[in-house]
Amino acid sequence: MNADRRDFLKVSAALGGAFALEFSFPWAARAAVEAAATEVNAWVVIYPDDRVVVRIARSEMGQGTYTALAQLVAEELDCDWAKVSSEFASPNEHVRRKRIWGSMSTGGSQGVRSSQDYVRKAGAAARIMLTRAAAARWNVPPAECTAAQGMITHGASQRKLRYGEVAGEAAKLEAPTEIVLRDSKDWKIAGQPVPRFDIPDKVTGKPVFAIDVALPGMLFAAVVQCPVFGGKLKRVDSSAISKARGIRKVVRESDFVAVVADSWWRANQALQKLKIEWDFGSNGAASSETIAAMLRDGLADPALPRARRVGDVPAALAAASKVIEAEYSSPYLNHATMEPQTCTAWFKADGFLEVWTATQNGEASLAVAAETAGLPQESVEVHKMMLGGGFGRRGAPQDFVRQGVAIAKAMPGTPVKMLWSREEDMQHGYYRPASVVRMKAGVDAQGKLIAMHTRVACPSILKVLVPASLNKEGIDFTAVRAFHDMPYTVPNQQVDYAMRNGHVPVGFWRAPGQQNSFYRECFIDELAVAANSDPIAYRLALLKEGDKNRLVLEAVAKASGWGNPLPPGVHRGVAIADGFGSFTAMVAEVSVSPQGTVDVKRVVVAIDSGYVVNPDTCRAQAEGNVLFGLGAILYQENNVKDGRIVESNFHNFRLPQIGEMPKVETLLVPTGGFWGGHGEAAILALAPAVCNAVFAATGQRVRSLPLKNHDLRLA
Amino acid sequence: MFKLNVNGKVHQVDVETDMPLLWVLRDHIGLPGTKYGCGIAVCGACTVHVDGAAVRSCSVPVSAVVGKKVLTIEGLGQGGLHKLQASWIAQQVPQCGYCQSGMLMAAAALLKEKPRPTDADIDQAMTNLCRCGTYARVRAAIHAAADIADTATGVKRSAS
Repeated sequence: MNADRRDFLKVSAALGGAFALEFSFPWAARAAVEAAATEVNAWVVIYPDDRVVVRIARSEMGQGTYTALAQLVAEELDCDWAKVSSEFASPNEHVRRKRIWGSMSTGGSQGVRSSQDYVRKAGAAARIMLTRAAAARWNVPPAECTAAQGMITHGASQRKLRYGEVAGEAAKLEAPTEIVLRDSKDWKIAGQPVPRFDIPDKVTGKPVFAIDVALPGMLFAAVVQCPVFGGKLKRVDSSAISKARGIRKVVRESDFVAVVADSWWRANQALQKLKIEWDFGSNGAASSETIAAMLRDGLADPALPRARRVGDVPAALAAASKVIEAEYSSPYLNHATMEPQTCTAWFKADGFLEVWTATQNGEASLAVAAETAGLPQESVEVHKMMLGGGFGRRGAPQDFVRQGVAIAKAMPGTPVKMLWSREEDMQHGYYRPASVVRMKAGVDAQGKLIAMHTRVACPSILKVLVPASLNKEGIDFTAVRAFHDMPYTVPNQQVDYAMRNGHVPVGFWRAPGQQNSFYRECFIDELAVAANSDPIAYRLALLKEGDKNRLVLEAVAKASGWGNPLPPGVHRGVAIADGFGSFTAMVAEVSVSPQGTVDVKRVVVAIDSGYVVNPDTCRAQAEGNVLFGLGAILYQENNVKDGRIVESNFHNFRLPQIGEMPKVETLLVPTGGFWGGHGEAAILALAPAVCNAVFAATGQRVRSLPLKNHDLRLA
Repeated sequence: MFKLNVNGKVHQVDVETDMPLLWVLRDHIGLPGTKYGCGIAVCGACTVHVDGAAVRSCSVPVSAVVGKKVLTIEGLGQGGLHKLQASWIAQQVPQCGYCQSGMLMAAAALLKEKPRPTDADIDQAMTNLCRCGTYARVRAAIHAAADIADTATGVKRSAS
């Protein structure tokens, strides 16, 4: 807790009462109020009354990391779980302490799996230090002492000390170098479906989100960006709002205009009245059609780099007795987080900048805020709020922080809350890339799959957001996922990648590259149908013994009752996918009405993530992946016309409603030995499982999404 | 100047006649539990009660609620937890949580009208949008709450 935060809390408290706009940090306040707490190490803070606060570096957007990481720390610390809570690690302190908490990035289903080793060690180290401190106080060898349930016991004398009684002494000891972590079979706190810490505040309307921030004298900003990506501001005529109520300033930046007012509604109303001229640049004529043509041109490029080459595909295809080909495609998709992008920034008189935002990477937010402000990172704090949805939108792109800080910079001394309208949010995303893929399979005389050639045309997310991660041939692994690492044993494989970027910004949309699972697993279904083979038997025959994909596929076949009769009108589809460290197989049961309406009734999913830290949040993630994926399957697309996104709000970017939610049955089948994620696993197989079921129901092979664009009426 | 009765307290607000109730609640009265999601009455994140009925506050002008009783998520539990809030915790409903204030207010209005709603009643009444996929748990939590006797307060704030 730095001095600025402490002062701020006092200011907030003093303002409470008459006008109920004081702002509280439900989590940070705990640490601030009681100075008696001891930091045993960066992750573990212990109070004299034995309460334990675990510092969490990753963000919380409902995926449960804020609780699951605390479970892992508490497991090794061996304390009373009822006394454990979490707080976010401060990005400012993180920078000052040489990145002591590791990565703050919260994407790629990495939150638990990439932190588990060091957070468990932090918990274990604290336990060892507490034990040594107690042993020192009793003047006995530490080996004679044991720690459990927040208590250290000296075996011979049965003397006991609570963690809270020795935390101060423990913190002064050297951290142990040799740490043995517990076997998962001995877990008592990890592995349990404990309730999430963040839920009570979320059902009582507590101000835990960035949009809820309230500060003394705070103003509000509404933003309009150039509707054509890449365009620039030419001029703004603000005469129409010169007498509008509550308006404080019009901020002009190179690619956006903001109105600052004493309420967000006033700011947004005034924004609509501005006369703004934009220079649309060279992209003003781009459309979905020109983008599709660009991608198809990519597929025709004879000199594409290869993401995978096994055997000799041209020779095998030439020798094949049958060649099956198909082209699949997907549209751009917005994340559409329920909380639009928002950032509150306050340039304080002492030269310090405070930022409150919904971020999937507090460290990245800090860096962008400091750069925009022209301040050293040590002079900036980012308060990480609970996210009203993330899905990849709020990680690598920090455009909202750049804007929020730029606006507040024009209002020094005054906190300003910048909030996008839904329309801005829908039309200024970092979209899941649109892509076109052609697959060609060669089958020998016995019907065996001997060759597969895949050509992928897809904008590169990495080129835009993480250029250093492109390989030297210019391959973006997120664009060729599911093909370059396909588990099926096909002796001849070639994957070509056409990077065609266009002007629409692309980004990490929940399970980046997941459209490739749709393509591959539907195409495999086409091959199974062509071979007159059961789709599960067909896949099993292509998977090596011992492949973890087999286990989940067999588990889901059993749990779903694959092969058993279904009610009239209900049909099944299956798909497998591995990604984000986990192995997933899914069966979807679907009915299609005579009018062509698709009803996904039941989804059975088996997931092997190696270990499971909180089975209930893992199940919730599977349910969430199914619903998130379902919207994209049924309804969602972002089209481009005149260089801009056509869809503007939830009336034309439709989200499924409660009655459309399938029954989701999640089988957690962790086999140990590796750590997989749950934030994205269950979305991968959904589109192909559903579309394979639609084929079973209608005989129509759907090769592009969403389904609303297909006439599925029964012939 | 409008006099508004929100959660049993009277607030004086000096705002335009056409300012939506949502923004009066959030920016002028300091009750941010009610959320902005779409501004066009589609998503339901801004759902509050006006005289007991669920309304989308983003599309209700402040002038329309003068003399009426407005209830927001902050007032739902009357100082404790509404049985739906307790059920939401027990079922671990929210993920990101952003839509949940609106979900709870819609569900509370539903239970008032139909104390034992069927699945079809829930489908019809609960048109709120959730991006995270909490729908199955929302349904389960409504059914579970419907089985609990009506006591607005006194429910212990812990999950079972």
